[in-house]
Amino acid sequence: MPAPIRLRELIRTIRTARTQAEEREMIQKECAAIRSSFREEDNTYRCRNVAKLLYMHMLGYPAHFGQLECLKLIASQKFTDKRIGYLGAMLLLDERQDVHLLMTNCIKNDLNHSTQYVQGLSLCTLGCMGSSEMCRDLAGEVEKLLKTSNSYLRKKAALCAVHVIRKVPELMEMFLPATKNLLSEKNHGVLHTSVVLLTEMCERSPDMLSHFRKLVPQLVRILKNLIMSGYSPEHDVSGISDPFLQVRILRLLRILGKGDDDSSEAMNDILAQVATNTETSKNVGNAILYETVLTIMDIKSESGLRVLAINILGRFLLNNDKNIRYVALTSLLKTVQTDHNAVQRHRSTIVDCLKDLDVSIKRRAMELSFALVNGNNIRGMMKELLYFLDSCDPDFKADCASGIFLAAEKYAPSKRWHIDTIMRVLTTAGSYVRDDSVPNLIQLITNSVEMHAYTVQRLYKALLDDISQQPLVQVASWCIGEYGDLLVSGQCEEEEPIQVSEDEVLDVLEGLLVSNLSTPVTRAYSLTAIMKLSTRFSSVNRIKKVVSIYGSSIDVELQQRAVEYNALFKKYDHMRPALLERMPIMEKTASNGPTDIVQTNGETDSTILDTKHLPNITQPASQANDLLDLLGGNDVVPVIQTTVPTKPASAGGELLDLLGDLSLTGGPTPTPAPSVPMSQPSFLLDGLTSQPLFNDIAAVIPPMTAYNKNGLKIEFTFERSNPNPNIAVITIHATNSSEADMTEFVFQAAVPKTFQLQLLSPSSNVVPALNQGSVTQVIRVLNPQKQQLRMRIKLTYTHKGSPVQDLAEVNNFPPQSWQ
Amino acid sequence: MRGQESLDVAKGRRVHVTGFLTSAFTAIRHEAYAHGIQCNINLKMQFMLLFSRQGKLRLQKWYVPLSDTQKKKISREVIQMVLARKPKMCSFLEWRDLKIVYKRYASLYFCCAVEDQENELITLEIIHRYVELLDKYFGSVCELDIIFNFEKAYYILDEFILGGEAQETSKKNVLKAIEQADMMQEEAEAPRSVLEEIGLT
Repeated sequence: MPAPIRLRELIRTIRTARTQAEEREMIQKECAAIRSSFREEDNTYRCRNVAKLLYMHMLGYPAHFGQLECLKLIASQKFTDKRIGYLGAMLLLDERQDVHLLMTNCIKNDLNHSTQYVQGLSLCTLGCMGSSEMCRDLAGEVEKLLKTSNSYLRKKAALCAVHVIRKVPELMEMFLPATKNLLSEKNHGVLHTSVVLLTEMCERSPDMLSHFRKLVPQLVRILKNLIMSGYSPEHDVSGISDPFLQVRILRLLRILGKGDDDSSEAMNDILAQVATNTETSKNVGNAILYETVLTIMDIKSESGLRVLAINILGRFLLNNDKNIRYVALTSLLKTVQTDHNAVQRHRSTIVDCLKDLDVSIKRRAMELSFALVNGNNIRGMMKELLYFLDSCDPDFKADCASGIFLAAEKYAPSKRWHIDTIMRVLTTAGSYVRDDSVPNLIQLITNSVEMHAYTVQRLYKALLDDISQQPLVQVASWCIGEYGDLLVSGQCEEEEPIQVSEDEVLDVLEGLLVSNLSTPVTRAYSLTAIMKLSTRFSSVNRIKKVVSIYGSSIDVELQQRAVEYNALFKKYDHMRPALLERMPIMEKTASNGPTDIVQTNGETDSTILDTKHLPNITQPASQANDLLDLLGGNDVVPVIQTTVPTKPASAGGELLDLLGDLSLTGGPTPTPAPSVPMSQPSFLLDGLTSQPLFNDIAAVIPPMTAYNKNGLKIEFTFERSNPNPNIAVITIHATNSSEADMTEFVFQAAVPKTFQLQLLSPSSNVVPALNQGSVTQVIRVLNPQKQQLRMRIKLTYTHKGSPVQDLAEVNNFPPQSWQ
Repeated sequence: MRGQESLDVAKGRRVHVTGFLTSAFTAIRHEAYAHGIQCNINLKMQFMLLFSRQGKLRLQKWYVPLSDTQKKKISREVIQMVLARKPKMCSFLEWRDLKIVYKRYASLYFCCAVEDQENELITLEIIHRYVELLDKYFGSVCELDIIFNFEKAYYILDEFILGGEAQETSKKNVLKAIEQADMMQEEAEAPRSVLEEIGLT
């Protein structure tokens, strides 16, 4: 049989193949030849055949039939065989293979071989891929070799020991004695691998860590020698002596010095020395500096040293080499929490890195920028970040948008700026914004009371441009629904108000409903917005039509909403104004967004209108439950006024002092209250009768007139809430029999401490003259102790040009309303 | 820790490499946390790959046990990622929970996967040292040298790095060891092949 072709020959032949199929054919032919050669147990050419097999394996072809042959080669006495055999074992015989363990005996024998290169081969194989069983079996041999004086073997044994420890951590103890004088070696190879071994042991066991702390002085000495010694050609890399060893020593020092004052103290000097003396023109010097910085930041170094470290990182940031910049940004990200001020100094360089072309650098620069934003630099930083958001890859946009929202929320210098920033993000990266941002933004917008007109105008304009970005569309439609009246009345102060008619607004919202770009959630938002506008716009018929169309929509959500809104138009029209009133300020809680209903409104038939689908009638629980007695001994409790349509909403939870100045933000402040001594409840107005003026057929409880003076008459009608018998729902009807309208009409009420009161928004604040209409408002009174209902009311309005204010006490409540 | 993903080559089921690697890390990290220390487990180098600009593998050294299919999958992914990089970009890539450090020398890409906490700059130096060793050994090494003498390239690598860590920091010592091993190989070969060629045996 002819000798099998040589390895080089085969390689040359295979490379001449012009197609994949041709190559495969050659390989198959050769494999067949090799297989028959293996079957013949040919010792002479086994080595050559396995070598060829390994080459073919690298090309991607299966070579498992060569596994046993590798074992045979390892067992051979010839060095060439062993060399290829061990190489084959490392490539084909990892621990997942069944025959892996068969190597153990061979390796054991070779660990004790007379030739150090054979010993070296077996140590290498064991250290690269020995399984745990193998490691257990052979740990003793490795430990023996760790104590040998042959530095060639000692260094390999050290790394082999590292592998054994990684595989079988319990065996760590047995290597401890051998480590005793490892560091007194002169040979750099042994030193390097010893430091690796010590590092591994210290990282795995706190006991070892404390045991090895005593080595710190020795390590410091070795490092010092490396730096101070002259040129050593054998270990020199660009003028630096053995950078690999320096880096490993620095790393071990880091682990030993962490959390330990004495050790950290002992290494302060050497760290400063390395930091200042290392040549930085080449990568190798920077590698050492980098490791030094990491060590300084981790141990308990003195502050001067830390500043030095951050400055090194700052210099790295300015380096032309991208790799160095990358490394600097990574480390700065780790240190920004602890050394914030020092990192701030390099802010402008970091921000410049946002414009880098490299994706990894950009990402790190972005994370670092967000970490550095604070109240002082927010404007400048946000400009850069917004610019970055415009131009960055889509993968970044979501993170960047979230980061911007967070930063803006924390540090916004003004409400206008905040709204502008949000607008910018929504319009540029609107589709990447996270889902939970929408409720957060809505809550934010509600809170910026004076910006409502401006916000809704800007959002409307944005909608005209682009309706594809769902978060933007959702926020915009919500706002238009809420503040549509501000939009059409052209009231914007911050910028040029636009002229837009009700029909145009409804066109836009209807457009959202039918557009293919809108998701079901968006459609729901716009339907609700349209419905809300029915109380704010005058074109109610159009709205009614739209709503009724969607009563037969395929989308179940839309259908349900539409049906309920229809019901609102038909049967419960008198409740519609109250239900669709302006939203009050929402308290920001962790889970509640504007879509969470905290408390249902006081409808008697709460089952008909499922309030879950009417997010605009949320009343934060805090309002009803806040009970603060501002007036000491007095048992009158000030009540929390909910918003009035034309006046900006007062902050939720704010209490109004009935008897002091009424501070409705933005509204005209009424004249100071008359100085009535509040120490005892006194009737300010006598002569209130409680005769019912008309019979409310539906109500079981007779209505009453609470106030009647100067043409203003206020009547109470009652309903008891079904689910909770302690709650009485009072609807006030204010009518005006004089010739002039009463404008800016505000009704307020207070009840004794044992009661709780909730005042909902009125239907309007103009009481038309000559009884042409009325203002209605709903009051809910909780009366758990079933005490006699008493109430003090305060009325303010403008009549014939002059403000009028009046206080009254209402005592003549029908017993059925509170018993 | 090992063998969690059973590979069924015959049925060609997909293997979840990340799961394996990450769970390997997690297992070790849990071990460390059990001892109460917070440390970065330096598993150092996971693998080293050499490949051409056309994506052909010239050398692959694995320091973690993986099946052939897993290795193939990882190699393919990493090669694709590295080849997609533009020349001006930095030498570091984040991939799964590893960092890929790569550098191109002429027509060959040298690529190391290291654990996340590793000093990337020194890894670049390691790569460079290996290239220098190859260069010294082959005399102005080029890709063809590595193709035709791949086993030598492995021998040199195994004299420089063991278990993912550098074992010898002196260029001279590494080359000396290789030289001597080569000589041993030749002495063992020489007498026989000469006689064989003459045809006297």
